Amino acid sequence: MNYDQARWTHDDETYEPLLSEKGTRDVEVESSLPDDLTRDSLELPELSEPELARHYVRLSEQNYGVDSGPYPLGSCTMKYNPKFTEDLAARPSAAVHPDRSEESVQGTLGLMHGLQDQLARIGGMDAVTLQPPAGAAGEFAGIRIAAAFHEANGEGDQRTEIVIPDSAHGTNFASAALAGYDVVELPSADDGRVDLDALDAAVGEETAALMLTNPNTLGLFERDIETIAETVHDAGGLLYYDGANLNALLGRARPGDMGFDIMHYNVHKTFATPHGGGGPGAGPVGVVDRLADFLPDPHVRQTDDGVFETYTPENSVGHLHGFAGNWLVLVKAYAYIARLGDDGLSDASAKAVLNANYLAERVPYDVPHGPFHHEFVASAGDQDAADVAKRMLDYGVHPPTTKWPDIVPEALMTEPTEVESKRSLDQLADAFTAVADEDDETLHAAPERTTARRIDQTTAARNPRLSWQALDD
Amino acid sequence: MSGQRGGSPYAPHTPDETAEMLDAVGVDSEEDLFDIPASVRFDGEFGLDARSEQEARRHVGDLLGANDDLTEFLGRGHYAHYVPSLVDHLSQRSEFITSYTQYQPEVTQGFLQVLFEYQSMLVELTGLEIANCSMYDGATALAEAALLADRARSVDGTAVLVPENLRTAQFEVLENYLGGQDLHVETVPTVDGTLDVDALREAADADTAFVYAENPTVTGAIEESLREIGDIADEAGALFCLGSDPVALSLLQRPSDVGADVVVGDAAALGVGHAYGMGLGLFACREEFLRQVPGRLVGASEDQNGVRAYTLTLQTREQHIRRERATSNICTNQAWVALRTAIHAASLGPQGLVDLANDMVDLPRALAADLDAIDGVTAPVHDRHHFREFVVAVDRPAGEVCEELETDGFAVHQVGDTEIQVCITDVNEHAADDLVAAFEEAL
Repeated sequence: MNYDQARWTHDDETYEPLLSEKGTRDVEVESSLPDDLTRDSLELPELSEPELARHYVRLSEQNYGVDSGPYPLGSCTMKYNPKFTEDLAARPSAAVHPDRSEESVQGTLGLMHGLQDQLARIGGMDAVTLQPPAGAAGEFAGIRIAAAFHEANGEGDQRTEIVIPDSAHGTNFASAALAGYDVVELPSADDGRVDLDALDAAVGEETAALMLTNPNTLGLFERDIETIAETVHDAGGLLYYDGANLNALLGRARPGDMGFDIMHYNVHKTFATPHGGGGPGAGPVGVVDRLADFLPDPHVRQTDDGVFETYTPENSVGHLHGFAGNWLVLVKAYAYIARLGDDGLSDASAKAVLNANYLAERVPYDVPHGPFHHEFVASAGDQDAADVAKRMLDYGVHPPTTKWPDIVPEALMTEPTEVESKRSLDQLADAFTAVADEDDETLHAAPERTTARRIDQTTAARNPRLSWQALDD
Repeated sequence: MSGQRGGSPYAPHTPDETAEMLDAVGVDSEEDLFDIPASVRFDGEFGLDARSEQEARRHVGDLLGANDDLTEFLGRGHYAHYVPSLVDHLSQRSEFITSYTQYQPEVTQGFLQVLFEYQSMLVELTGLEIANCSMYDGATALAEAALLADRARSVDGTAVLVPENLRTAQFEVLENYLGGQDLHVETVPTVDGTLDVDALREAADADTAFVYAENPTVTGAIEESLREIGDIADEAGALFCLGSDPVALSLLQRPSDVGADVVVGDAAALGVGHAYGMGLGLFACREEFLRQVPGRLVGASEDQNGVRAYTLTLQTREQHIRRERATSNICTNQAWVALRTAIHAASLGPQGLVDLANDMVDLPRALAADLDAIDGVTAPVHDRHHFREFVVAVDRPAGEVCEELETDGFAVHQVGDTEIQVCITDVNEHAADDLVAAFEEAL
């Protein structure tokens, strides 16, 4: 492999210096306001535009993106981000203020209506809100909708529990707790799927909802989904679909058809909007008819005259974002779906699943369960998965997600996505194979070829220094 | 495959490669890999057309083109300042925008350093010791701050006190976030767009968990009683949370000087511009709350060679480790927006920020004076200093006036039967005289 990071070194103590080390200025604050309403001074970096350009270009050269090489992070779905969508989101006509009159933003509302419709079709849902600004925010929105539904049925006080499989994303647990629910953890069966007996024991009249990822985080389709749905529904609970793994199902199965009542879509995963170093994303939420009345405000609809307007559903839970969500991300998602259409979306899933299965076949590690959808979890066995990851960096590839889900020892959770070629997958497999043969000493010493060598995370946590002001301490 | 119709344009597989890979896996077709029972298999079509890049671009361009081209004098929590081209070009570097959360710090030093620098700039702007590296927006940041109060305080209060003029959406977000917790929201009256300090003193008692004030407030008024508000919160044993933004913080009283425990707000006032409400939640707090802080934190450490390097830290607070006991459920945040804000702030520098902030005091003062000179207009309505925006009273129905202004090409807020709110910044000041003329015509 041939990926090497730039290594801009300043001296023995820093790589690229901090902005503050390049030059700050402490300015005295003067204004036409009374003195007691203003601060005295402000000290911040002051650099010329060329200096800033170099600073950020150097930093970018010390960062790995999907455009740098394969990025097979399981459950994060890091796929190529088309460039044209960036241009569309940068159009002045996209940059409007949210408090404009509805007549004057028919384009914005029309696009939102279109995306609501696209997502509803893809998920088999009856209504969609675009408001949640991330997947976890979508989970929280979905749980608030479920809570409002039970409340409206007079069961708000009774249904105090959310059931979540042990293999689920951590956000599921956190979102349920944030919404005030007790979490009931559902142990997985030996084959990594939902244990139906355990499910029977877990759900009851306290159950508000079951949150499920399908295919799950091991890349396995929950084949008993109809039984699971029936069990939850019979108990009076709702079934929530975590859309993190939807990229595996496009055009093959829809959450709505499987019996799910609520779902979120991670547009930054399934619909290729950039994660941007950790966000922004967007987490639209789809619901079936009986829950449509509870969707957040605002929702967009089209009148008989063809005019787009926002409205507040009758039992709306209200806002979950200060305005209408991460709008520019939604523009990119709409453009991506408009580019791919039925055939492109379906092919994306086909190739993502093919890539995962092909790579799983080639990795030298024990892959405990199968067959796989978009991702698989290998076990590094005697090796430390974190060390394996660091060593993979030396082979010029980004490692998979490590040590999660914790039901697999030394887990390497790998999701190549549809955008990797056979050659690229072979290179990834070669890196896995090379690392698997190496001794612990070599692994502990890795990485050697990156800008920074192995970083001491323990000291960072024990002695937190979170700003340049804290560096002198 | 690439360039052709009928598949994903971003999947690079040639038919031969696909065949080889299927062979290696041991199946005849891709469909054989889908382990989905026939009863839930989807055999229909979405009915979504595929388009070439050019067609998709034209389609979305046409759609957005239906927006009217208006000069916006709009604010109320979502602000636009001129974003230098530098910000677009550098933030679009694909190593930044196509990267993920920095779980492997050795290959994400660039982004980690940017976020560390972003946190540091917020520390200087707020005077507080800790800043995280983003929440979704100002509304969710406020809600997270209230939840922090619930976790971090020793007393048992349950009331979250907010100004009565809090934006409706912000109020609803707060109620949603507190809905599952033992906290409730109460409003405090306002005078001239700022908190009624006497009413706050009445309201604050042992049951008060959290006191929220804004500077500037949603009407653009500069709050003159921050120290008193902070003292009242302190006496009640409540957390004092201040709402602001990076431009206002460059000029107005430093939150740490008035006793703020937490500062929240929408930091996207720098770096983004009007984006239909897409924001960047600012979150800074005192050091004693470090282990209760929601969201991600970047810390400085050292690498194996003893050279300073950065990493995500204190992740045991986060949902992927702590699950239902995490300090928040946030995972994907607004990192790239924070990068844009940081570059914008750095490009202005301290003097540039102070100059910009001073303009945000002087421009509304001048615009208000011009509007006030019109018969039938009173501006500003509130006897306060203003930042960016102010309320105007008109002696005609405000709805009609707003419609006429829109016909003339201007967007303003209607905030009452006879009240209009106007926001002026560096991006619309060139049209201020035209706005005044349009007001003149309407009245």
